Amino acid sequence: MAVKVAQEWLNSCSGCEISIVDMGERLLDVLAQVEFVHSPVLMDHKYFGQLGSGRHLEIPEAVVGLVSGGVRNEEHLEVLTEMRKKCQVLIALGTCATHGGIPALANSYRNDEILERYYSTETTDKCEEVPSEGLPPLQDSCTALDEKVKVDIYLPGCPPNPDHVFSALVSLLEGRPVQLPEKSVCDFCPTVREGKGGVKKLRRFLQAPQYGAPGEPLDKMRCLLEQGILCMGAVTRAGCGGDAKTPRCIAARVPCRGCTGPVRKNGNQRFDMLNALASNGVDISSLPESVSLLRFSGAHGLLRPSRKGKEA
Amino acid sequence: MGQVINIQPITRIEGHASISIQLDDQGNVADSKVHVMALRGFEKFVEGKPAEELPRIVTRICGICPWQHHLASNKAVDRCFGVTPTPAGRLLRELMQTVAHAEDKVLHFFFLAAPDFVMGPDADYSVRNVMGIVKAAPELAQRVVKMRYAAKMILEKFAGKAIHPVAGVPGGFSKAMTETERLEILSKMQEVLDFALFTMDFAKKEVFPKYLNEVKELGVIKTGFIGTVDEQGAVNFYDGKLRLMKPDGTYTDFDSQDYCDHLAEHVEPYSMGKMPYARSWNEGFSLDLENPKGIYRANTLARINVADKMATPGAQAELEEFREKFGRPAQYTLLHHWARLIEEVYACEHAIELLEDPEITNPDVRAKVEPGAGRGVGCVEAPRGTLIHDYTTDENGLIKSANLIVGTTHNLGPINMSVNQAARMLIKGGKVDESCLNKIEMAVRAYDP
Repeated sequence: MAVKVAQEWLNSCSGCEISIVDMGERLLDVLAQVEFVHSPVLMDHKYFGQLGSGRHLEIPEAVVGLVSGGVRNEEHLEVLTEMRKKCQVLIALGTCATHGGIPALANSYRNDEILERYYSTETTDKCEEVPSEGLPPLQDSCTALDEKVKVDIYLPGCPPNPDHVFSALVSLLEGRPVQLPEKSVCDFCPTVREGKGGVKKLRRFLQAPQYGAPGEPLDKMRCLLEQGILCMGAVTRAGCGGDAKTPRCIAARVPCRGCTGPVRKNGNQRFDMLNALASNGVDISSLPESVSLLRFSGAHGLLRPSRKGKEA
Repeated sequence: MGQVINIQPITRIEGHASISIQLDDQGNVADSKVHVMALRGFEKFVEGKPAEELPRIVTRICGICPWQHHLASNKAVDRCFGVTPTPAGRLLRELMQTVAHAEDKVLHFFFLAAPDFVMGPDADYSVRNVMGIVKAAPELAQRVVKMRYAAKMILEKFAGKAIHPVAGVPGGFSKAMTETERLEILSKMQEVLDFALFTMDFAKKEVFPKYLNEVKELGVIKTGFIGTVDEQGAVNFYDGKLRLMKPDGTYTDFDSQDYCDHLAEHVEPYSMGKMPYARSWNEGFSLDLENPKGIYRANTLARINVADKMATPGAQAELEEFREKFGRPAQYTLLHHWARLIEEVYACEHAIELLEDPEITNPDVRAKVEPGAGRGVGCVEAPRGTLIHDYTTDENGLIKSANLIVGTTHNLGPINMSVNQAARMLIKGGKVDESCLNKIEMAVRAYDP
């Protein structure tokens, strides 16, 4: 018997879904064992019946529910609530679903500030009112799924590594517990750490780090943070490298920006990073700003509109 | 007024949208609207962020075309900071852009669009999908999955991250290509090119001939077009001048830095998404089917319409055959699929050309960059159309303001028109069935929104 799966995406970019497709030929093995009953990206099941005549949004029952994206508007909430009701196991797929992700950067602003900018750019014609006809109203902020419903499995990553998506699905199909890495990105980073606190200031990532010849292996490159470049591996959950383990950005000789979210589920990447820097004698005022340290995990009330904005 | 028919959500597209069709008392179509639901506010929340971080933030606008956002953003920041990428850095960016196009077109054609053609538009929804194709044509499905994966893994293996890439940096690219990597990617791209030619052939024999009636009827509208061409007037995905073509085939070329003089965005009360139109035509904005105003399209069909030619031999031969059949500019909406496959051939051929340029393994991939005040427009062709990122930075190189026009946005007006046309043609006297509603969605899917 094929296991029934329902998939939904909320305030998302579709990267998580493409990451599922990026399992490659393993995708065909998975497809042979599951039956999708609802998936807007892959199939044509509709919310209000196939002729759109139903009165309530309805998603069929499924064993596994995959939901990517955070919750930003009333339709997202309605869909998420229905998914929770109909799915035995609900998976928060990707960092938007687990921690808000990049779209939760919007939480630094009030909705009227966001709408005001969007509808008044250099190229936009004046409009009397913000569009609303047939459109779901925005919520006050972008939230992670577990701020609205119970989540059974957290599968962070922006996007999650296909290896982990595959192993999580196979574990579920075989009735085994899902196991995911729990350490930090640094624990799997092959670069050389000398542990000497020589860095007093961080420099912006505007020049290449030193790494020798183009083909030089990563384990010959000095830790990027020790080269004075902000790298968030220490406060970011491992797993981006999948089975190969090597962090993906480091493989491109680029520093980590924290896309799998905090190491501990309720961690605060900004607070933890600034703490780590300060305790190592790094002048944190050398960072141009610090909101970006929460760029992947601004849900759960961590990013809020400024007080000044509220009074205005 | 009569009944309202809702198609919610529009499926097998990348995004959140629905259709409402208003019928009159006789059950004929009075009006239709495509509601675009999503608004995330990137233009606002990138303010105050260091400009060099933007290429790693704006990728999340789209997980299907993150490379294009990444590269348009890098180009905009290059301009803000007054830096020109090194030749090797530029070549590596263009290679990634071209391979990403090659991967995307396979994904769209086989995973999202093909179910309508391979399983048929009238097939039951439970099998009219990629899972249905896997069962009905397992060998083809396996080849598709394998080839798409090969292209995708080129990006992943060389550039670290394929989805939400990080390897483009202001001033060029973050890592150089070794000779071993070059040879490996070259051999993979040759395989992908073989597959592109097979797909073109397969579609011309097995797919398009069966659906010529639909092609000539479904979603048909008459509009202008926009796309990027190089100095010779050939399609280029990474750089060049913008060409804006009127429905009659006459056109104006302009520098993307001047896009504000040529394009504007209109707001309708039923869509969060804005609707760009040609400001420079000085005729205003109207979605009227008989007499549209300011409406142009972006995407595959637009690019091959505005271009004088394709820059590579296989793609050029395909373009000639296409033009002989459908003229220039070709207007039939479903021809987006055909144009997509011509572009697929071009993408593979051009990637191979780039890999054969000896400069591509030059280790000097990144020019030195100093942050500062400036303004820059970064423009590339995304699979779904011309992508524009426009940033202004302050003296510390932090973002002061940003304006974005993304590929699909250009097509929101035309998609509304195509849906309206299809609905009027298919719904008469209140008769509605699943097949006719799916055909209306097919007019949307052609644009790959």
